[in-house]
Amino acid sequence: MSTFLQQLINGISLGAIYSLIALGYTMVYGVLKLINFAHGDVYMVGAFMGYYLANGLGQRGAQMLGMNPDGVIARGLLGGGTLEPSLITALVVMLLAMAICAAIGVIIERLAYRPVRKYSRSTALITAIGVSLLLENGGQVVFGAEPKFFPELFRKRNIDLVSGASINSADIVVLIIALALMIALQLIVYRTKTGRAMRAVSFNLQSAKLMGINTDRIIAFTFALGSALAAAAGVLVAIRIPRIDPLMGILVGLKAFVAAVLGGIGNIPGAMLGGLLIGITETMVVGYLSPTYKDAVAFAILILILLFRPSGLLGTVAQEKV
Amino acid sequence: MHREKIDMPRYLRNLIFALIVIGVLLGLDFVFQAGIINPYYTRILMLCGISITLAVSLNLINGFTGQFSIGHAGFMAVGAYSAAYFSVNYGVNLANSLGGGKLGWVIALALTTIVGAVAAGLAGLVVGVPSLRLRGDYLAIVTLGFGQIIVVFLNNIEAIGGARGYSGIPIVKSFFWIFLIAVLTIVIVYNIVNSAFGRALISIREDELAAEAMGVNTTRYKVMAFVISSAMAGAGGVLLAHFDGYLNPKSFEFIKSFEILIMIILGGLGSIVGSVIGAIVLTILPESLRGFAEYRMVIYSLLLIILMITRPQGLLGSADVFKGLRKRLRRLTEGPSGTASSPTQSETSIGGENPR
Amino acid sequence: MKRILIASILIASLLSACQQQGGGGDKVRIGVFMSTTGSTANFGISSVNGIKMAADEINAAGGINGKQVELLVQDDRSDASEAATIVTKFVTQDQVNAVIGEVASSRSIAAAPIAQNAKIPMLTPSSTNPEVTKKGDFIFRSCFIDPYQGAAIAQFAAKTLGAKTAAIMVDRKNDYSTGLEKFITETFTKLGGKIVATQSYQEGDQDFNAQLTSLKGSNPEVIFVPGYYNDVGLIAKQARDKGITVPLIGGDGWDSEQLYKFGGTALNGSYFTNHYSPFDTEPRVQKFVNDYKKRYNSTPDALAATAYDAANIMFDAIKRSKSLSGPDIRDALAATNAFPGVTGTVTFNQNRDAVKSIVMIEIKDGGTYAVKERVNVEGSAVASNQ
Repeated sequence: MSTFLQQLINGISLGAIYSLIALGYTMVYGVLKLINFAHGDVYMVGAFMGYYLANGLGQRGAQMLGMNPDGVIARGLLGGGTLEPSLITALVVMLLAMAICAAIGVIIERLAYRPVRKYSRSTALITAIGVSLLLENGGQVVFGAEPKFFPELFRKRNIDLVSGASINSADIVVLIIALALMIALQLIVYRTKTGRAMRAVSFNLQSAKLMGINTDRIIAFTFALGSALAAAAGVLVAIRIPRIDPLMGILVGLKAFVAAVLGGIGNIPGAMLGGLLIGITETMVVGYLSPTYKDAVAFAILILILLFRPSGLLGTVAQEKV
Repeated sequence: MHREKIDMPRYLRNLIFALIVIGVLLGLDFVFQAGIINPYYTRILMLCGISITLAVSLNLINGFTGQFSIGHAGFMAVGAYSAAYFSVNYGVNLANSLGGGKLGWVIALALTTIVGAVAAGLAGLVVGVPSLRLRGDYLAIVTLGFGQIIVVFLNNIEAIGGARGYSGIPIVKSFFWIFLIAVLTIVIVYNIVNSAFGRALISIREDELAAEAMGVNTTRYKVMAFVISSAMAGAGGVLLAHFDGYLNPKSFEFIKSFEILIMIILGGLGSIVGSVIGAIVLTILPESLRGFAEYRMVIYSLLLIILMITRPQGLLGSADVFKGLRKRLRRLTEGPSGTASSPTQSETSIGGENPR
Repeated sequence: MKRILIASILIASLLSACQQQGGGGDKVRIGVFMSTTGSTANFGISSVNGIKMAADEINAAGGINGKQVELLVQDDRSDASEAATIVTKFVTQDQVNAVIGEVASSRSIAAAPIAQNAKIPMLTPSSTNPEVTKKGDFIFRSCFIDPYQGAAIAQFAAKTLGAKTAAIMVDRKNDYSTGLEKFITETFTKLGGKIVATQSYQEGDQDFNAQLTSLKGSNPEVIFVPGYYNDVGLIAKQARDKGITVPLIGGDGWDSEQLYKFGGTALNGSYFTNHYSPFDTEPRVQKFVNDYKKRYNSTPDALAATAYDAANIMFDAIKRSKSLSGPDIRDALAATNAFPGVTGTVTFNQNRDAVKSIVMIEIKDGGTYAVKERVNVEGSAVASNQ
């Protein structure tokens, strides 16, 4: 029983990460009908941003930017003694990484996606693949191809639960922050004017334009939000498992997309649900069946869902209009 | 129908064409076997041939039928591994039992290629039937997923080496064989595209709903094209397997599918000649960019993005270069009383305004 | 206009591929192919560092018989076909006298037939799959092979640690790991031990909790982890978090400065087989470690050391060789006898595998290594060699 509980906790932790990334996919698909292939790589960039924020750019990096080689920029928030490892530090690092990636998301949209918006969907998809490859390979060149060790942003402790299962304080923190972010997103989307505009755009771009909504700005905002969430996921994952490398976003991104589809693409609570389901299923398969087929799980689920309920669990069945 | 100037039955014309092609290939093969040309260049040339097979076969489904599949590497893998297994366990014995000479090997290799193509075609059927009901973006992800699943399975089958890879495959670097397959692929795709089958495929690409409404059984045609495309990819895989005599599942991950996709996008999605050019350029370019090996993939991805923004229809768009040539040829031989050109026109570029 | 554009692109790319490489004349040209990008980039980079340092040292000392050594270093992006293409270029265009490479057995296996056909000797510094040297008599290996390493690991667990039961955590996606697993299991069971549980993961995985929870249940006395350092570090950490206290034992894939960074104190008291230890007090080793540290600002890992040795073995063979032709260098290589390397003394046996010792390293607190045992066994005379 304790094994099952343990696996469940693992699954929920993993699922929370998938959910955060899936939210970005689902929002962008909602407004642009585009699968942003590069989204998983924004998650990776978020993790690396967190790494450089905490560890600093190094002496050479600071010198290149013309900054003090002994200051905060070089040694990082943790290195120079500016901040001590603690929960607050983790939050600061995460929020900064989120901000940076939000900007990156907006830039990507502006430079790569907006020019192809007038073309067919396949063109946009290929462009997305191009951006994804660029981030991955660019990451290998800029960050270095081998995995890096993500510094400890706060001291982790193991907490023993009943019946032999244990939970790590990192897991708890990850879950709470993920939940908080998702609630914040819900509030933004359903309780603010911008959120209403987002929903209008996802309903029908042309009509939204006619109603006076600045669709370009809303789309940019959507990208910013999605990228910020992906970055948060990146930092959170790095807190749990401190190894990051430039290719870490590929598989996770694909699975998160599957999660979005599972929940109903374009549906926000659906993305959260999908993420959790995929995380739990994957962990259970690894624990009780075989770890070798772990990566096949998400795709198998995708195929099943698309065969039997393509609109997803929470999605509405849309009639194809001619 | 057109008035043929040369009064020869169709099949005879095709037979002569085939003989000429085979003659040329054999001649070139002889030249290369003689070792006159640097083996490094020959290797690159043969890799081009394999790339052409892969690119043109992918174009059938992505370019002409408009179905976005990015799992091509998976079918290459199925073809490669099944042919390798056959080759190692039966092919070598077969060749030896037939005298061990050229003829024996030709027969063995022909059988091996068929095995690979059929296996890949079957895989295409298994993947295609459930997936092709889906719309563009979803199809892309599902085919990607299937490609990944195939690699996962390959990593776990001990009989073909698993993660360690499959070595001991007889090494056959034959210009004739590789380019025979490449030419066959081009001919098959060309003939499909210019037939009623092909017109159905193009109609599916242009507007699937309308095609369905006009009575075209879209699912059946899509699956058929998919199976043929996968079979040819499998043939390409067979060539790969025997090229270095070693296979590793890592070589068939989705990066490989992307590489082939970039080839046909560069060349133009609806154009066979475009795919050939794209395949050649993107096989040779990495060699010339050896100095910048680290930045190669970065350059590729930038290239892809810029291409999509500036010229999404690729170098050749959907133009059918052959049609233009044939038209000109006919005008030359028939004079001013020549009939009008063929009615099918596939100039709709991928980058055009599409309300979909 | 379009046609001209296309034609010019084609011609340009064709021309640029036809770069003329001048013949060697008064230089010794050695082709080096490694994967300096991709998931095992670290291994490739270390190897290239070691080789470059060896080349610079010998050039500073006047070269080989007066001729300077010229290295042609190429990255194969962790792709087997790429490796084959690079070696084809080496032996044709670039007219190298010899080839050094690769780290991963899969890429060595793909490239070996090409070197063999062209009668250019190829020396791999760290491919451990027995298949590699079977490709022909021009293919050499200057490290121990997997059957040998696996046997040494199993022997250590059964005899020195006295373990009767063991579990294995193997990387299914990695040919090195699956190979080692096979040989460890063989020897361990032959010595009377029992493998009570086998779990697998895939290179790059981050979460091993499910597998470790399973392993814990079967109560092994040791756990074999024949994987790469970046996964092993995480596995160790997560294992200790789960309350697994038994020692972990692995192979040379553990060796990296990063190992302790990822694993930390979770690795204390664990063991791994390696080609050498940077803390070895032998003057030869210390000189190498210090020179490397000065030049590259980091402690050399086993791959840098084996590559350094491979380069020097090659230089030594070329020096003794009657001429710079492939067959002559090959013969000189085969005749290498007790070459004093940083990773032990090297002699090639009749399979062209190196006969040398293995060290069993114990990881101490703080990340330092202690040489627990030195195993001196014939490369091909251990366990079954199919």
